[in-house]
Amino acid sequence: MSILIYAESAEGKFKKVAFELASYGKKVAEALGTTVTAVTVNASDVSELGKYGVDKVLKVTNDKLGSFNAKAYADVIKQAAAKENVKLVLLSSTTDSLYLAPLVAVGLNAGYASNVVGLPLSTSPFQVKRNAFSMKAFNVTEIATDVKVLGLAKNSYGVFESTGNAAAEDFSPSLNDADFSVKTESVEKASGKVTIADAEVVVSGGRGLKGPENWGMLEDLAATLGAATACSKPVSDLGWRPHSEHVGQTGKPVATNLYVAVGISGAIQHIAGINASKVKLVINSDPEAPFFKVADYGVVGDAFEIVPKLNEKLKAFKANN
Amino acid sequence: MKILVCISHVPDTTSKINFINGDSEFDTNGVQFVINPNDEFGLTRAIWFQEQQGANVTVVNVGGPETEATLRKALAIGANEAIRVNAQPTDGFFVATQLAKIIADGGYDLVIAGKESLDYNGGMVPGMLAALTGANFVNSCIAITVDGTSVKATREIDGGKETLSTSLPLIVGGQKGIVEEKDLRIPNMRGIMTARTKALTIVEPVSTSTETKSVKFEKPAPKSAVKLFTVDNLDELVNVLHNEAKVI
Repeated sequence: MSILIYAESAEGKFKKVAFELASYGKKVAEALGTTVTAVTVNASDVSELGKYGVDKVLKVTNDKLGSFNAKAYADVIKQAAAKENVKLVLLSSTTDSLYLAPLVAVGLNAGYASNVVGLPLSTSPFQVKRNAFSMKAFNVTEIATDVKVLGLAKNSYGVFESTGNAAAEDFSPSLNDADFSVKTESVEKASGKVTIADAEVVVSGGRGLKGPENWGMLEDLAATLGAATACSKPVSDLGWRPHSEHVGQTGKPVATNLYVAVGISGAIQHIAGINASKVKLVINSDPEAPFFKVADYGVVGDAFEIVPKLNEKLKAFKANN
Repeated sequence: MKILVCISHVPDTTSKINFINGDSEFDTNGVQFVINPNDEFGLTRAIWFQEQQGANVTVVNVGGPETEATLRKALAIGANEAIRVNAQPTDGFFVATQLAKIIADGGYDLVIAGKESLDYNGGMVPGMLAALTGANFVNSCIAITVDGTSVKATREIDGGKETLSTSLPLIVGGQKGIVEEKDLRIPNMRGIMTARTKALTIVEPVSTSTETKSVKFEKPAPKSAVKLFTVDNLDELVNVLHNEAKVI
């Protein structure tokens, strides 16, 4: 009756979302009077999960699972859930987890609520709050099935330390060939760069920057903040920046701790995509820019003056802290 | 190749989001509905397969009669025929169950559904379809080519992309990138005229169990006003980012 979390790792090391999910799982387990079991795939040191409240780890080590495969990974999670007789499976909102979650849900005859924010509102009936309408509303959803799957929205809960044994147990689920009918041929991943998905801070630029040649100062600011760079839709449409940097409703979603928008007016579709970010700092020359209505902090003025100056101040701050 | 494109009928991205009946229902009053953008990218790729490789493209929606205008728009863009499953969708699993029946009856080789709808943001229908039909599955698809029954597809991953090989029958969760925004089509007059005479078949739903239900909606709490700084007090900005917001 334990809760099962899928603790994601990359190259053997846990992603931050694994710790967030463990923290969340621990809190839900306390409310339900149960424990947290994690299933891991090719993670090297699983003891780390104990620090975030995981009691038991089903450790899967298998070369066939060297690259992500949605059906095979879903199969692993389904078998782990069956083995432990779990009633609640928790997944994160990484691209990979969003890919496998519905497969897990159907496989377990479980109702699935995605984009969940916060702890369950009640456990009987089981109700959760989730993001809907592209962050413009919340939807309270009730899951009626015996087994339930939740997808926790990114950066919506936080990482909290607690205690757990993280007692590791080798687990060898049976995999069949049909699981591997989609094969990974190659992976292209920007290396040495903070990605928008993993970043704690995102620095984003809009048309107000006037041209791709002016991105240097944003990259400098991003480097100081350890941030990923992003851009608005017009900027990617104009070809100033690659599509992979486009954030907004039809681009990548952003749910960082700090989102810095420079020269972006704040079209409703842009806001929808970044609104999950906790703190928004807007730099714009137009005091009437709609972005200021949803911003926490703002600087009205010339970005070409403000950004380098802010960068110097931040550098000085970082040097002393 | 028979292609099925699953179309969600969603409020335009600029719509005001309000709720009625004790916050239990979305207020459609004055709202313009459109083809879900993630579905429209997939539809456009399907039309490319139709024009380049002779594919037949069917569009399908699970919804009431009010969604037919959206299906007609998809026909005007170039789909060959349309199906409407006559039911108000209750959750993602309900929709997937209905669509799985359409797929089984129609023998489609390739099914493209948006990876997520912009209203409920469930992001579960394509994956559930794959689980229910047993077909291969590529989510967050940003490129796809088909040669016979072999498929090359690219999916977006966090921080990059991944090239995959697989085969038909295949379920795809589509998004921007499967075609570019500039390739989206606005229906022309001829398209709109011919769409009127294309087949739009109404199918009654199959029964299914209730897995989840929407209890109510809430709007985010109003935001407190922005704190403004000038270029001359950026020190104070750095201070609040550290001490108040605690983000640096």
